Amino acid sequence: MVKPLLTAGSMIDGFRLEAAVHRGGMATLWRVTRDGIDTPMLMKLPHIAEGADPAAVVSFEMEQMILPRLSGPHVPKCFGVGDFAVQPYVVMEQIPGQSLLSRLGDLPLPYADVADIGARIATALDDLHRQHVVHLDIKPSNIVFRATGEAVLLDYGLSHHAQLPDLMQEEFRVPFGTAPYMSPEQLRDIRNDPRSDLFALGVLLYFFSTGQRPFGESESLRGMRRRLWRDPHPPRQLRKDYPLWLQEIVLKCLEIEPAWRYPTAAQLAFELAHPDQVKLTQRAERMKRDPWTVVLRRRFNTDLKKPRGKAPVSAQLHSAPIVAVAIDLDAESSGVNEALRLSAQRLLAMLPSARLACLNVRRLGRIALDTTLDEQGHSKQIDRLVGLRHWAAPLKLDEQRLTVHVLEAVDPATAILDFAENNRVDHILIGARQASVMRKLLGSVSAKVAAEATCSVTVVRPRRPSTP
Amino acid sequence: MLIAFFADIHANRQAFEACLAQARQRGAERYVLLGDYVGYGADPIWTTETVMALVADGAKAVRGNHDQAIDTPSGSMNVEAQVALEWTRGVLGAAERQFLSALPMTQRDGDRLYVHAEASDPEKWIYVQSTVEASRSLMATDAQMSFCGHIHQPALYSLSSAAKMTAFTPVTDVPIPLLPGRRWLAVLGAVGQPRDGNPAAAYALLDTDKRELTYCRAAYDVEAAADRIRKAGLPVWLAERLFRGT
Repeated sequence: MVKPLLTAGSMIDGFRLEAAVHRGGMATLWRVTRDGIDTPMLMKLPHIAEGADPAAVVSFEMEQMILPRLSGPHVPKCFGVGDFAVQPYVVMEQIPGQSLLSRLGDLPLPYADVADIGARIATALDDLHRQHVVHLDIKPSNIVFRATGEAVLLDYGLSHHAQLPDLMQEEFRVPFGTAPYMSPEQLRDIRNDPRSDLFALGVLLYFFSTGQRPFGESESLRGMRRRLWRDPHPPRQLRKDYPLWLQEIVLKCLEIEPAWRYPTAAQLAFELAHPDQVKLTQRAERMKRDPWTVVLRRRFNTDLKKPRGKAPVSAQLHSAPIVAVAIDLDAESSGVNEALRLSAQRLLAMLPSARLACLNVRRLGRIALDTTLDEQGHSKQIDRLVGLRHWAAPLKLDEQRLTVHVLEAVDPATAILDFAENNRVDHILIGARQASVMRKLLGSVSAKVAAEATCSVTVVRPRRPSTP
Repeated sequence: MLIAFFADIHANRQAFEACLAQARQRGAERYVLLGDYVGYGADPIWTTETVMALVADGAKAVRGNHDQAIDTPSGSMNVEAQVALEWTRGVLGAAERQFLSALPMTQRDGDRLYVHAEASDPEKWIYVQSTVEASRSLMATDAQMSFCGHIHQPALYSLSSAAKMTAFTPVTDVPIPLLPGRRWLAVLGAVGQPRDGNPAAAYALLDTDKRELTYCRAAYDVEAAADRIRKAGLPVWLAERLFRGT
């Protein structure tokens, strides 16, 4: 069947083609309009003529399945999909602004900018992973930013949806992706691990902070496979002033084994947002690549090449939540902090990849000027950090799983809620309101947190003796 | 339009009632019955009468191997199945037997094909358990969507225009778009004797407007169904396996 040539002014299912804005290898993008819709829109029309790359057809089918099922600020809104039998297309929101590709001329970027970009992309990935999708093609050209700051992830043609048939996997049985960004496990044909996206983000962070790609640009399978055993040059070897915390984060993302990377995008975003709390390991210290003896051992270590068992995307996420516990350091005597510690202990024992953020809110007066020093000249801030670490010490947590934070706010409940939302906390543990006159006057922080949180909240209290 | 598909009811009244109730509550307007109404379970009369009533009301139904074995005993069934069929023969009336033996092997309904087992030779009762059988089944028809049962484990196969097969284990209650550019074979789980490790009764809903297929599960009173099997004097194993869904 010969289809009429599409030109500006053509109508498809009520969408008017205005101008072709991009012609890529697999599809053409048109700016389109439709009566009653003000949002700027793009129509993606795949190249599926006779003799076209079968991968173009299948990846377009994947995008047609996945895009309409996604929601939220980190994906382009989908306005319609067209039937393959008639005219296949996807219409999506056009995000104004340029993709990260436009920044390539400015590399390397300042370290703080790289961390900020990275945190926003990791936040977007967390949102995507929670919708059961692994992107599998994270790279600068697929990332744009809304005017409001959120990263938007584009192009789901290579993605894996854990609850829908994976047509790419079954059809080709060869790795698909963008060579410099492809994770080792993708090269081994594994498409369902959300940590593959963290690897690609690690490549992007490395590239943006050093100006060099960690694994080069080789497109050959043999060239790409080198990353299965060869580690990249540590960024500090390339830039003498490279911060230790950033090298720690970047090299952790680039670990060959997914299990050695961050367990979730939310945990990576958390680290990028709190550089001062990044636990430095020998990764941060590295100045040279691994010696050849190590590389050879890896090269011939068959364990590493074994494909892993299938675990759904959501299982990986649920095994590694961020738990925040709000500690009132003045409540030591009432037993509530002991009860909180027990609750945290139970939760963390079940989930070895979970991390714990201990929060304390320093209440600021509404009018009075606050000083950060007490009468003896001690820093109140440091005293509280010490207090939080003291509270957490009996948990005997690995340093990498624990962070402490003193928030300053007029309203403690709002401070806790904001922290939870900004850091994608999965679960808040908080002590119940104490039965004192003072507390009654102040109102219940826990009640407000429980009512308004965007995640689960457990309100903890020591068991009271029953009153007759 | 929302069509509900039921396969392998196997005389399990409690399971079939639960599926029918849930499907109606979700807005099912039409019914397709993919065979094996009897065998294993203890309520063959109620089940067959219910199927007859649905068919009289416009539902489409095809014949399964257990339905056929009522009049034409098969030598290839296991002992429990044969004992259950022997018992079923004794309780079914002439009208029910007549209905079961007169059912067609396949039914064509627009761009959909209904059949109990693999479609290339339906009377061989071949299990669709991999892309090999699925491919053969899809090659045997030009229908865009085929629906079958028989294996008691839900699966979804598709055949692309480049003749590549894909296999997928569906997730309960997640609608799957049946893209028009490829052909699909939906293998239903069993209503009356699930074997995928989940004891809840399995069925599916097809939204013909959206071209979306949803695999569903209905929890039912397994204890009551198992009790009926034990009281009927059928092999105890047939009651026990319902609790495990194996």
